[in-house]
Amino acid sequence: MRRLKGFILVVFMAIAMVAAAPAVAMPASSHDATEESGELDMNEYLFGHIGDSYGWHVTTINGHHVTIPLPVIVHGKSGWHVFSSSKLAHGESYKGFHVAEKGEKYEGKVVEQVDSDVVKPFDISITKNVFGLMINSLVLVILVLLGARWYKKHDAREEAPKGFAGIVEMMVMMVEEDIIKECIGKDYKRYSPYLLTAFFFIFVNNLMGIVPFFPGGANITGNIAITFFLAMCTFLAVNLFGNKHYYKEIFWPDVPMFLKVIPLMPLIEIIGMFTKPFSLMIRLFANILAGHVMILGVVAVVFLTAKLGVGMNAGLSLISVLFGVFMDVLEFLVAFLQAYVFTMLSSVFIGLSRQEPEEE
Amino acid sequence: MSLITPDFGLLFWMTLIFAIVFFVLAKFGFPIITGMVDERNVRISESLRKAREAEAALNELSVRQKEMIEQARQEQAAILKDAAQVRDAMIAQAKTQASDEAAKIVAQARTQIAAEKESAMAEVRSQLAELSVAVAEKVMRTQLESDKAQVELVNRMVEELSRNQKMN
Repeated sequence: MRRLKGFILVVFMAIAMVAAAPAVAMPASSHDATEESGELDMNEYLFGHIGDSYGWHVTTINGHHVTIPLPVIVHGKSGWHVFSSSKLAHGESYKGFHVAEKGEKYEGKVVEQVDSDVVKPFDISITKNVFGLMINSLVLVILVLLGARWYKKHDAREEAPKGFAGIVEMMVMMVEEDIIKECIGKDYKRYSPYLLTAFFFIFVNNLMGIVPFFPGGANITGNIAITFFLAMCTFLAVNLFGNKHYYKEIFWPDVPMFLKVIPLMPLIEIIGMFTKPFSLMIRLFANILAGHVMILGVVAVVFLTAKLGVGMNAGLSLISVLFGVFMDVLEFLVAFLQAYVFTMLSSVFIGLSRQEPEEE
Repeated sequence: MSLITPDFGLLFWMTLIFAIVFFVLAKFGFPIITGMVDERNVRISESLRKAREAEAALNELSVRQKEMIEQARQEQAAILKDAAQVRDAMIAQAKTQASDEAAKIVAQARTQIAAEKESAMAEVRSQLAELSVAVAEKVMRTQLESDKAQVELVNRMVEELSRNQKMN
């Protein structure tokens, strides 16, 4: 919801400035009114886009919010509750639940009012990110299965797929041949379903995150819970199937004895076990989040410069749009690159855990 | 919602969704694609190997073909040579046979001619004898008109006959 929204708003504002200039000028004359309604709340604008929320705010038309209500699923003191997020809109309370206000404890989360206390319930609501995740996963599954369907209708030994199935095959084989096989080595077939899934999962979610309007635009791979889970999967893949050599290198590495008696090296190695997936988690999260923030920031220039006058606003809007296009193209590259890097590093870590001791 | 603390609800759904996606893709998605591509790779390398083999066989075949053509040409030459020899021999034989035959026919003709000639001579001789007898008869008739001449003749004849008997 960044580029398109920005673009549409630029057009809208241009029309508004020409046709309804007096109407815009009116609140501007009163300084207090501007503070209340006209100025962009940067904090809310940014966090509203990159954060999670209980409903999916699609757009605003003439001051009217178009929000897709999503189910809130909570387990509080009074048991399980499933209701629409529209019941909690604008700080309203429903069955003792409400969304914590800004500045309160558990800000932005659904909380339960128990007597005079505010308690956080067990919350597995279908939030914006969960819903986006579902849509993106569905897209991913459909894309890959469409690619795989070609092989049911054709004899793959006789011909190679063209068109869409060809692209899917090309990408799958690129990941498998160039990343997984290269980095893991002989047992790569065992890991390739997970690593391929991770690659395409990250790639599709990254791409959908760049799409600025409804089915896309959710900041999924830029959410720490998602990258935490993915890094956790890699951590398990590395450590559950690590061979003897891998664990020997951790607990009894080939270093001078005094480094093992005072377990300095094992300590470092054990920390290393966790820092590797941790770096995976932070890298993906930070890259995608930063990309979203950058684009949002560039688009925000259009609104922030609105009060500087028509000429200034138009000039900076042009720069903002051009820079926004550049950022979107860059994000397209990053979307692929981060999926690639995550998969490659996961493969490298798995490969390291399966290294055979060198012959002396 | 805080940016850097994982939200439990999202983590829960992520686990569920990723597990489903992983299951579906790992069962019906990627292995089919990679498996088929591997199969195709095997097929392609096999086909290449076969093509190389076929090429080698083809080369060998063309060498063999050349050899066979060469051989056939040699055989042809040999047969032609043989045929010429046989022809010459036959002509020569036919010639000698023909001349033999001709010689035989000529010889036969000669003997026949000789025989004819003999018989013709014999006939001429006999006719000559008859003629001479007739002439002699006529001559004798004219000479023996007197008795004395007849007696003399008879005497001479008897004398001749007796001389002939004595000689025998």
